[in-house]
Amino acid sequence: MAYTEEELKKELETKEYEYGFYTDIESDTFPIGLSEEIVVAISKKKNEPQWMTDWRIEAYRVWEKMVEPEWANVHYTKPDFQAISYYSAPKKADPNKTLGDVDPELLEMYKKLGISVDEQKKLQNVAVDIVVDSVSVATTFQKTLAEKGIIFMPISEAIQQHPELVRKYMGTVVPTTDNFYAALNSAVFTDGSFCYIPKGVRCPMELSTYFRINQAGTGQFERTLVVADEGSYVSYLEGCTAPSRDENQLHAAVVELIAMDDAEIKYSTVQNWFPGNKEGKGGVYNFVTKRAICEKNAKVSWTQVETGSAVTWKYPSCILKGDNSIGEFYSIAVTNNHQQADTGTKMIHLGKNTRSTIISKGISAGKSQNSYRGLVQVSSRADNARNFSQCDSLLMGNECGAHTFPYIEAKNKTAMIEHEATTSKIGEDQIFYCNQRGITTEKAIALIVNGFSKEVLNKLPMEFAVEAQKLLEISLEGSVG
Amino acid sequence: MALQSASLFNTYYLILKNMDLKDKLVSSFLAFENNIDVHNPVHDVRTEAIKNFETKGFPSRKEEAWKYTSLNSLQKIDFSIFPKKESSLEYKDVKKYFIHQIDTYKIVFIDGVFSSNLSETTHDGVDICLMSSALTKPMYKAVIDVYFNKVASKEESLTTLNTAFSREGAYIYIPKNKVPKKPIEIIHFSTGNDTALMLQPRNLVIAEENSEMQIIERHQSLTNHAVLTNSVTEIFAAKNAIVDYYKVQNDNDAATLIDNTYVDQKDNSHVKVHTFSFGGKLIRNNLNFYQNGERIDSTMKGITIIGEKQHVDHHTLVHHIEPNCESHQDYKGIFAENSTGVFNGKIIVDKIAQKTNAFQQNNNILISDKATINTKPQLEIFADDVKCSHGCTIGQLDEEALFYLQSRGIPKKEARALLMYAFANNVLESVRIPELKVRINKLIANKLGVNLGFDL
Repeated sequence: MAYTEEELKKELETKEYEYGFYTDIESDTFPIGLSEEIVVAISKKKNEPQWMTDWRIEAYRVWEKMVEPEWANVHYTKPDFQAISYYSAPKKADPNKTLGDVDPELLEMYKKLGISVDEQKKLQNVAVDIVVDSVSVATTFQKTLAEKGIIFMPISEAIQQHPELVRKYMGTVVPTTDNFYAALNSAVFTDGSFCYIPKGVRCPMELSTYFRINQAGTGQFERTLVVADEGSYVSYLEGCTAPSRDENQLHAAVVELIAMDDAEIKYSTVQNWFPGNKEGKGGVYNFVTKRAICEKNAKVSWTQVETGSAVTWKYPSCILKGDNSIGEFYSIAVTNNHQQADTGTKMIHLGKNTRSTIISKGISAGKSQNSYRGLVQVSSRADNARNFSQCDSLLMGNECGAHTFPYIEAKNKTAMIEHEATTSKIGEDQIFYCNQRGITTEKAIALIVNGFSKEVLNKLPMEFAVEAQKLLEISLEGSVG
Repeated sequence: MALQSASLFNTYYLILKNMDLKDKLVSSFLAFENNIDVHNPVHDVRTEAIKNFETKGFPSRKEEAWKYTSLNSLQKIDFSIFPKKESSLEYKDVKKYFIHQIDTYKIVFIDGVFSSNLSETTHDGVDICLMSSALTKPMYKAVIDVYFNKVASKEESLTTLNTAFSREGAYIYIPKNKVPKKPIEIIHFSTGNDTALMLQPRNLVIAEENSEMQIIERHQSLTNHAVLTNSVTEIFAAKNAIVDYYKVQNDNDAATLIDNTYVDQKDNSHVKVHTFSFGGKLIRNNLNFYQNGERIDSTMKGITIIGEKQHVDHHTLVHHIEPNCESHQDYKGIFAENSTGVFNGKIIVDKIAQKTNAFQQNNNILISDKATINTKPQLEIFADDVKCSHGCTIGQLDEEALFYLQSRGIPKKEARALLMYAFANNVLESVRIPELKVRINKLIANKLGVNLGFDL
């Protein structure tokens, strides 16, 4: 009997979020609520130096005066900031452990996530820093990296061990006053990754951070700081999951990238936070500030695959400050059911001969809303700035929406800016063609979506590309009806 | 009675002198009421509108729609809301502003007041006349009830400001199966008798089934005194109707124009609006199309060539409400010196508007380092079976093409002009009045400062 689209649809609707399990680990969780005391307490818990505490308090005071922004094309019940616990740590985690000492339950959880730490160590040549709830629990390959002078460790450790570096760079790209969620993050961030690549060093392996929200009623506020010194190169990966819960969990991260003269940073994200169930209940609010600053001849490339989160609000940006610097943004954003995504990028051209490329692919299915919002700004001194943007949207079904809001501001006559956007659906003839050749509708859609997203998928590091491809299939199968 | 209202008016005027523009407008509404029939049902619309304006006031840059255009400097000018005295003009002095090569119907206003000696109106099968008579005479009541202020926004503050003071403008009604014999010209002159004058014309254009018309609109000030025009035009195109609307914006450096045009289209209708913006200190065009039917075609085209400190802002909206419709937008801009160009085009496709084809194109050339372009093409799509695209470019003239022309003996200045002309040309292709095309060509050549010795 033929497998009808109806059946497929039913099956998919009930398909569960694969990473929706919850691991019962004993955690050390702060009482809910936010106040200056909590901020100080977090700082104390982390045994931070005074300058860090002061920095957090300053951010908190700024945050208190700010209002939550409403301009994004998303609708959600605002999180109650007094109902979140701002610190939760798996109790048995000890930063100086070896893998053998890690809580077996934690290891079990990694296995479920498909990121068994030792397996990765052996096979994939990827150094991983894993952040569960709010603290970093495992960092691999530190020794191998240290030989090259590369620092890759949880940011809380970096504050202790390399305060001069952290202090010098933190907040220089995303100041505490930048926006509501960045200020909140600055006040309460509990961990994250810090990475420093010394002059002229090419990082021999991919660096990776894995984020997971495990505990209920907690928010995750991590902070990533990547500094690539002159002439260095690093490729950085970031992945995330969370258990399925009825309530909305908040994830407000800040990522700062600094690419000095001639340096190159490649930052890839596969975001797969719990998107909520098919009625739109639960799911993670993903409000993230990501920004990079490029000095002379530097290059920053953002690649992201966004399939998760109930509400996403994220604009990885590049400030092309130095002459000849390059910014790139490759993105696939997939929304299904009741998901909402408002994502895009900002390319600020300040230096001469700066170039930027934006390729954004939006795929909306179910009752979701998918928006691209981008800014390309060319200042009056940025001679010969060049930008190419392309935003394509694919719509599946007539209950979803695709939106584009590109802002283009040019103040220099030598600027060359091109922007292109298209919206379409998967053609019935395309599917028919595949069916005719014995490819099922489900496979055909995967095939077409894959082709649609190829430009971006190609930019991902190998292992990630495979995972991303799988994710795309899972989040979209059967959405055509 | 007349004497009394005149003195009342003077008292108001004295009080109003030191107020900011918004308060002045709101208080002037009382004086305005003295001169019109407040028992007319239209007046309820006006009262509603002034209330909305009073709450909202002038838009500020904090609003997304006005992010790139500031009206602050305008609000400091002491505009006269009502012209102090009537003026007249001789046709020979202003002939050059008309498309005088062809015969047209003319509706001419001087300082907001209808000029019967310059105009040529008609009631012969079609109505090409005045808004003031349409609003007051009983014979038009049925039409006014159905159409007046029906498509214009009741929320947007400047539109409601115009609605509140709506009294005069052009009224064009083309009944079923009729086509007026010649194009219609609507021209607003300001004489500069007042040091600063604010005009609020209100036009109503109705094309019934199978009718067709061509309209040319122009605003022209004759001196360097400041003029602020806040115009609202409502266009209704019934089934199979064709409306061609040309806006020639080539005013002098002291003139500000805020043009709000609302178009309501029914099945199979075609409406084209061409906007040629060459002159004026600040121009803001709000062009809104609502497609209330199937197989509709909407076209918006524009050429903007500005320099000095000029500012032109095109704001378009196409709302695809029903299936199987099309919209085409093509805006070209050339910006020199310290000028600023803004383009914000929004396309909304409703859930049921399947098989929509919506295209939008915005190309710009920056000629000077001090010129600025802000552009924001926007798509909001809720239907899946659609073809929508927008494209937007900012660039310069091709150096190689310039060299090619120069190597063939064409001086640099002319070569540049030729290239710029070619850049803007496809917008002109759809102009259906040849004489108007020639006129626009001349204006472009003039604006680019060249004489090519032949008609482009």
